[in-house]
Amino acid sequence: MGIASEALKNFKGFSLKNMPEVEPLSPGHRACQGCGEVLALRQAMKAIGSNVVVCSATGCMEIITSPFPQTAWRVPWIHVAFENAAAVVSGVEAAYKAMNRKKIINQPEVTFLAYGGDGATADIGLQALSGALERGHNFVYLCLDNEAYMNTGIQRSSSTPFGASTTTSPPGRKSSGQATWKKNLPKIAVAHGIPYVATASPAYPVDLMNKVKKASLVPGPAYVHIYSPCPTGWRCGLDESLEVARLAVETKVFPLYEVIDGKYFLSRKPSNPRPITAYFKPQRRFRHLKEDEVAGIQSIVDDEYNDLLCRCGI
Amino acid sequence: MSRRVGIEVSLAVAEAVGLCDVDVIAAYPITPQTHIVEHLSELVAEGHLDAEFIPVESEHSAMSACVGSSAAGARTFTSTSSQGYALMSEICYIASTLRLPIVMAVANRAISAPISIWNDHADLMYARDAGWIQLVSENGQEAVDLTFMAFRIAEDKRVSLPVQVNLDGFIMSHVIEPIFLPDAQEVKQFLPPFEPLLRLDPEKPITIGPVGMPDVYTEARKAHDEILKASKPIIGEVFDEFEKQFGRRYKIIETYKIEDAETVIVAMGSLSQTAATAIDAMRQRGVKVGMASIRLFRPFPAAELVEAIGKAKNLVLLDRATVFAGGEISGPVALEVKSALFDRGLSPKTANFLVGIGGRDVTGQNFEEMVERVVTAQKGDLPPYEFINVRE
Repeated sequence: MGIASEALKNFKGFSLKNMPEVEPLSPGHRACQGCGEVLALRQAMKAIGSNVVVCSATGCMEIITSPFPQTAWRVPWIHVAFENAAAVVSGVEAAYKAMNRKKIINQPEVTFLAYGGDGATADIGLQALSGALERGHNFVYLCLDNEAYMNTGIQRSSSTPFGASTTTSPPGRKSSGQATWKKNLPKIAVAHGIPYVATASPAYPVDLMNKVKKASLVPGPAYVHIYSPCPTGWRCGLDESLEVARLAVETKVFPLYEVIDGKYFLSRKPSNPRPITAYFKPQRRFRHLKEDEVAGIQSIVDDEYNDLLCRCGI
Repeated sequence: MSRRVGIEVSLAVAEAVGLCDVDVIAAYPITPQTHIVEHLSELVAEGHLDAEFIPVESEHSAMSACVGSSAAGARTFTSTSSQGYALMSEICYIASTLRLPIVMAVANRAISAPISIWNDHADLMYARDAGWIQLVSENGQEAVDLTFMAFRIAEDKRVSLPVQVNLDGFIMSHVIEPIFLPDAQEVKQFLPPFEPLLRLDPEKPITIGPVGMPDVYTEARKAHDEILKASKPIIGEVFDEFEKQFGRRYKIIETYKIEDAETVIVAMGSLSQTAATAIDAMRQRGVKVGMASIRLFRPFPAAELVEAIGKAKNLVLLDRATVFAGGEISGPVALEVKSALFDRGLSPKTANFLVGIGGRDVTGQNFEEMVERVVTAQKGDLPPYEFINVRE
């Protein structure tokens, strides 16, 4: 049995009947209306609880929760820069390890959590994340993926999906929007041989919370990639975040799965997958795409999903 | 009991860090800093030092991990040089305003291009505006002693700022010197356990590193500036305490044969040792020359410096780094010195020389030429700076 399976063998998950009441991330922050990212982070924090140190990358979740002298954080929280949340959490974890061992403190049960957006994770912070995963620090990393640099005004990242319109991948006479395929970060995390990797979505809160909780229970690094709808950047209705998040799973665009000790497990198999057009429809960032482009995207989504099923042994 | 050992300076600095019983070291290898972190890894691997050694994947992550570690309340050390400093510099600025008492040894090295592993003060100058305390050593014993003092200064609750200990790459870092190393008990007596002002603790949650809107940003920067200003007398106090316990005297501005000197050389780092030898030779010939050596570069000790050099007729101001300012103003150290003099209504004859750049040797002969130049030139005829010992 691998170390993650061993740590999770008696895992009792959350359910709608036993939701934790704790709110480490308090309401009253400054997120946009309908923000799916802060909802996901709230769910994650409820699952983690209060015995945690949180390291934040620069980004929406940092800026909306910490305008001095206010803070939305009821747990210890540090923000340093854009690209280094994984390195900062490495230092915090090492400090606790050394100080516990040297009996300077007696706090052996603290969880160490770092989070960043897709830009902070897939682009500028990928090196720091890779280093921290490789070194094997005992921490949880959450990538809150809203598929572009939303905090600076919706510029493309390497996690922006093919064809999406952003302020630096605008469609035009010579462009159909984002010209590259979305970087597969969970796969990169898996390649580090870490004990736990998962994808999650705030449209499936119990699943999300269970995955974050599991991530905190396994010894060593754990990575959870969280789909984080952004109505402002995706140009969908303010009340459509969760609907879009659900469609992303039902259209196979963002499948939910876990990789425990290197083994893939599908969390949710849509019984009757819908075409990708159902997912594109509410989002104006895909509105310019032509029929043949949509068909091309559908074909790659199908291939990637089938590849995932294969990995899951389905 | 202190023991006197023949030891490479880098290893001695690592021994000093070990004697300070650090909790976390996060470091990335770069020449000429490598021997410091190699020896620290050995101390940890052998169980001589109970610490976490984080072998990070870059200097940027080295300083980032140090910030996390120090904010969690651990005594934290790192070391770098040159390009490594350049890469981590973004986070160095943050570490200081967050008031994190990290100690960093910088084995001073030139900055690319062309790539050069050899010594100058380009990294020291690169770091001057980052809000750290910058101590400069002239020899191995000083590098070791300043390491002990750096932790004591950094962790003083009235300071709580990161401190750099600068030592010249190769010229000091790779040289074997006879060095007094105190024992752990003596160091413990000098350096009390680290008690952070605040720490990341679930039992007492705090938010560190918030957004500073325009209504608070200026105040945050001013507060940092005030605390750096207030650190100078405390640095002096720590020098005094060190002398009381270990008998070695440190001053913010060190002087050599300056009392009757008409010409004063203002130097920093290991150059001072060569200068002292040259001064002895010139004194034998009746030249009234002396030296002031800058031990503390940030906060800049203008008052102490002017007190030391204010009576001199001629000043030789040395910069061990190139400056790209268009040629009409002086090098960085000379600018500071001139500004300090100007503010006090003093205008001696000054010559600024760029020396020892990228590992170029500076000889006793060079010092004699520089003194000759400032003595014989007419005031007003000297350029803002000149390169010394350079092929045309």
